[in-house]
Amino acid sequence: MYAFISPWLIGFIVFALFPIAASLYYSFTDYDIIHSPKWVGLENYKTMFVDDLFWKSVTVTLQYTFISVPLQLLLALGFALLLNQKIPFQGFFRTAMYFPSMVSGVAMSLLWYWVFNPQIGLFNYMLSWVGIKGPAWLMDPRTALYSLIIMSFWTVGGAMILFLAGLQGVPSSLVEAAKLDGAGRLSIFLHVTLPMISPVLLFQLIMGIIDSFQVFTQAFVMTQGGPNYSTWFYVYNIYTSAFKEYRAGYSSALSWLLLFVVLFVTFIIMKMSNRYVHYEGGKS
Amino acid sequence: MITASRVQGTDMNVNARRKRKADPVRIISFLTLVIITALMLLPLLFMVATSFKTKQEMLQYPPSLLPETLQFSNYKAIFSALNFGTLYQNSLMIGIVTVIGTLLSSSLAAYGFARFRGKGRDFWFMLLLSTMMLPYPAIMIPQFVLFSKLGWVDTFLPLIVPAFFGSAYNIFLLRQFFATLPEELFDAGRIDGCSEIGMYWKIALPLSGAALATVAIFAFIYSWNDLLTPVLYLNSSDKFTLPVGMASLTSSKFRIPPWQLLMVASVLAVLPIVALFVVAQRRFVEGIVLTGIK
Repeated sequence: MYAFISPWLIGFIVFALFPIAASLYYSFTDYDIIHSPKWVGLENYKTMFVDDLFWKSVTVTLQYTFISVPLQLLLALGFALLLNQKIPFQGFFRTAMYFPSMVSGVAMSLLWYWVFNPQIGLFNYMLSWVGIKGPAWLMDPRTALYSLIIMSFWTVGGAMILFLAGLQGVPSSLVEAAKLDGAGRLSIFLHVTLPMISPVLLFQLIMGIIDSFQVFTQAFVMTQGGPNYSTWFYVYNIYTSAFKEYRAGYSSALSWLLLFVVLFVTFIIMKMSNRYVHYEGGKS
Repeated sequence: MITASRVQGTDMNVNARRKRKADPVRIISFLTLVIITALMLLPLLFMVATSFKTKQEMLQYPPSLLPETLQFSNYKAIFSALNFGTLYQNSLMIGIVTVIGTLLSSSLAAYGFARFRGKGRDFWFMLLLSTMMLPYPAIMIPQFVLFSKLGWVDTFLPLIVPAFFGSAYNIFLLRQFFATLPEELFDAGRIDGCSEIGMYWKIALPLSGAALATVAIFAFIYSWNDLLTPVLYLNSSDKFTLPVGMASLTSSKFRIPPWQLLMVASVLAVLPIVALFVVAQRRFVEGIVLTGIK
């Protein structure tokens, strides 16, 4: 076995284990990447708490997570339920809805940068059809973050495909049995479908939260964290601290906090899920 | 047997009844899907249309869906303005090498996890799964220090080499697939005197087309779209990847961004993904469904 997994094992040690340890060490130092690190104890962690930009980045990131992740999951599940019926052109719909999530990254950011343009962009033009005068979106500190949240709905196709796979794994015998017992659509969904796909839901929830903690490309390409720091995402903050301000020690402390929070959130969700998530065969 | 056929009979009756009476829920679902899909595709359609517009037409309101005349010169302009050819080549090269590395290393590790019941396997597998949660920013600074000490800054190596050591997600996906292959096949191989590595190469891999295609597409798209890593490591503009070069298009040096050029760049950046999708779509979706999870 070890012969087979050794490439991964070496990679794990060199590209994950060692960097994690090094990052922890750097977080206790004053370090500019060029000169050797100087031990400063808990200094970086203390700085964090009085750093306005740190708090701003935490607020922005949490706001984004709490609004965008649940809505994305709802939309993805809704679309998957729509597609899971016998409907003409099913393959076409599936492909068309999944495709945007492969366009993610800079190409998507450039496209939406234009879509959100207040004068010539598609979004305000479409709003004008229904008589709404749209805001300045990315250029207004009050709407910039919401623009990025709206944009995130464009890529729910990825989550949708996973839900669809989950839905197709629900044994039709169970659904038919429930129907024979006189259950309606809603009650079949609540008592048969939902419990059966709860592991997929859990997986998506965790991955969705972890991903939204790590928004970077949008902030880098579309807003540079602005206007007025309204899209100053946490990872964008880590990036600027380390590679623009050369405070790699401080930045390491920020990234260790991120690592810690991600592990903590995962742990909490897993614990909670033992009560709500149904696994076939009763294993948890 | 009797019960089964009876249930099946009822099943058929239900279906037959459904066919006769058009189901309003399904009609509404269908219409909803049409609207959603249209909304999803609209930005893409406008992206393509806009890439062919003149600067004047681009700025006019209301926007036209179809350009008055097709400005192919935009496509020429981007190649001279941004050195697009080089960027494209760089991104393609890095993407292809990454795919090869990922396929080799991830399938090897996945085979190890799927076929052996050695001591400590579960421990290493749990460790593998936990690295899926590991955020890249948490390790990016020490990795940067490591690679700069190796003298790899401003080369493609930091973007390529890690792929040859497997990635947790892909190993997990392939392991799930390998675990479904029937044991009898491997027993037969063993009787024929096939070595473990031979069985990996001659039995496991050839049977895993859909799963391997899925991993290949994920790896390519990830590499193709990645911005953070190339931004960290690449300094000279002739080494930039496509995303890094494109990101520079929105930088503050333009008071009014050259929208039609931004859209040209986006169209060109999406092209290989479209191509991949067209070629491998069926196998890809099959792969996702087969392996159950992403």
